[in-house]
Amino acid sequence: MEVRVSNVRKEFDRFPALRDVSLDIRSGELIALLGPSGSGKTTLLRLIAGLERPTRGTIFFGDEDASNRTIQERNVGFVFQHYALFRHMTVADNIGFGLKVRPSAKRPTKAEIRRRASELLDLVQLSGLEKRYPAQLSGGQRQRVALARAMAIEPKVLLLDEPFGALDAQVRRELRRWLREIHDATGHTTIFVTHDQEEALELADRVVVMSQGRIEQIGTADEVYDTPNSPFVYGFIGESSSLPVKVEDGQVWISDRPIGLTAPELPDGEATLYFRPHDIELLDECNGCIAGTVAASRRVAGTRRVELEIGGGRERIEIELPVGHPAAQKSRVAFRPKRWKVFPKPVEG
Amino acid sequence: MTTAPAKAGWRFRQPSVIPGFGLTLGFSLAYLTLIILIPLSGLVWRSASLGWSDFFAIATDRRTVKALEISFGTAFIAAAINVVFGTIVAWVLVRYRFPGRRVIDAMVDLPFALPTAVAGIALTTLYSPKGWMGALLAPLGIKVAYTPLGIVIALVFIGLPFVVRTVQPIIEEIDKEVEEAAATLGANRFQTIFLVLFPGLAPAVVTGFALAFARGVGEYGSVIFIAGNLPYVSEIAPLLIVIRLEEYDYAAATAIATIMLALSFLMLLVINLIQSRTRKRYG
Repeated sequence: MEVRVSNVRKEFDRFPALRDVSLDIRSGELIALLGPSGSGKTTLLRLIAGLERPTRGTIFFGDEDASNRTIQERNVGFVFQHYALFRHMTVADNIGFGLKVRPSAKRPTKAEIRRRASELLDLVQLSGLEKRYPAQLSGGQRQRVALARAMAIEPKVLLLDEPFGALDAQVRRELRRWLREIHDATGHTTIFVTHDQEEALELADRVVVMSQGRIEQIGTADEVYDTPNSPFVYGFIGESSSLPVKVEDGQVWISDRPIGLTAPELPDGEATLYFRPHDIELLDECNGCIAGTVAASRRVAGTRRVELEIGGGRERIEIELPVGHPAAQKSRVAFRPKRWKVFPKPVEG
Repeated sequence: MTTAPAKAGWRFRQPSVIPGFGLTLGFSLAYLTLIILIPLSGLVWRSASLGWSDFFAIATDRRTVKALEISFGTAFIAAAINVVFGTIVAWVLVRYRFPGRRVIDAMVDLPFALPTAVAGIALTTLYSPKGWMGALLAPLGIKVAYTPLGIVIALVFIGLPFVVRTVQPIIEEIDKEVEEAAATLGANRFQTIFLVLFPGLAPAVVTGFALAFARGVGEYGSVIFIAGNLPYVSEIAPLLIVIRLEEYDYAAATAIATIMLALSFLMLLVINLIQSRTRKRYG
């Protein structure tokens, strides 16, 4: 089922949690809403589920306007961060709940519900735990049950709110791979919220980066990582270094020297240069480069991270070099970013 | 502190690494012995002086049996009524914000604080055939004062806070997400409340029931005014004990008391067992 969010705004007590958000989600897609806390990602998810009503705007399921549909009518599978299992019910009863509460005309028989529950338990790899109570399961198992319960109603969309947020790192990584497999096997349109960029980039077909109630960028993991379209995305996803620069006649300058990068589409004036610390080339001679004095160098996993002072120590940036690279021993390093972007300084006021 | 060596076939399971187990357990046992066990065993001791046949005669005396029936029966009914309405009161107090909520919340505790005799006299005045409520009910042929129904009303009054105060914190703990989960799964409000929320409250409700019931069985002050105390009709067991005491028939008094004690203990034990079973499951 396609989901279309169109110009949605949501205010809580006049405070805007979402400002004019539009988003098209394709059928069968696995999409991540990624952002820091307070970015509105959970609000967006809850609006799609119908757990909140938009202040303005519409949400379409397929061609149908779902905005005025109740939660019950929307038929979405929602998985909560803290599982929200019914603790007085067995695992099988939890999973069968959505079928049991259907009006009698559409309700499957008891045997059918039981069969469906154990089928879903197989799918989430918890076969044989039908009779257990949630309190007798580990966190990871509980979240699997929650997912099975959400899928039991054959939802139009699966919505997951920080599904792995309460689990430890090991289980998290395992469940991440497992969720991808389940998604590929069942083909549900799935939207999940996370603040963990690794999770979003690894798992999702497309990532929606959000900040302060707005969508900053929508794209595949590659697009979002390699070509961030705003300073926020540069800073939020992956490592980045930034330097204050000046643009004049399409040339990028640091203090009084051009650094060999051109930005013809930018107006003259103050700007900021962003690049990835590992996406650079070292230069032997400097005619048009960034040059800095080595201030510190640290070994980080497979690379060496070198901190450079630029322009007489006013600015510090980091670059990454392969371990054992001779440049790390030098006191002065000249380089030029291979992939970079210059954003004009936002007009203040 | 040294650990006790394993003597015979059993030993303490290593309780926990927190020190002070021996000291606090010892204190608890000594305290309970002093406060509860010694007086109660005195009771049993005294009634044991009767001998089996006398004890049996008192226990099966029709007046005793009737009084026990009335005491346990009315306490049970009152506790059951309190479970229903006490839970609703707790629900309203937790879930809704309305003017006067705090006043109502405080009012719930009044039966705790009020001398029970005062409650009894107030209820009797209200429900006697000439009282406000009694006058309204009399034309319908309902007699409250001086009947077991009056006893039930007095016990409902006395037992209400026990249910409200045990259920209230559990309702406060209900996770909003659980309700939302039920809604996304297609459950309507009615189904959410009856299939999801109330069953979750069951352990607390059972505790509230047990407390209200236990209190009802032992209640004396408020009941004797409204009950009318007709033997075989509206005479409660605690009153019968007092009557026997006034007749200097200490043995009979303690015998009835012992039976009450045994019955109460048995019922509370059963309720506790049910509880611990559900606790273990729900965690």
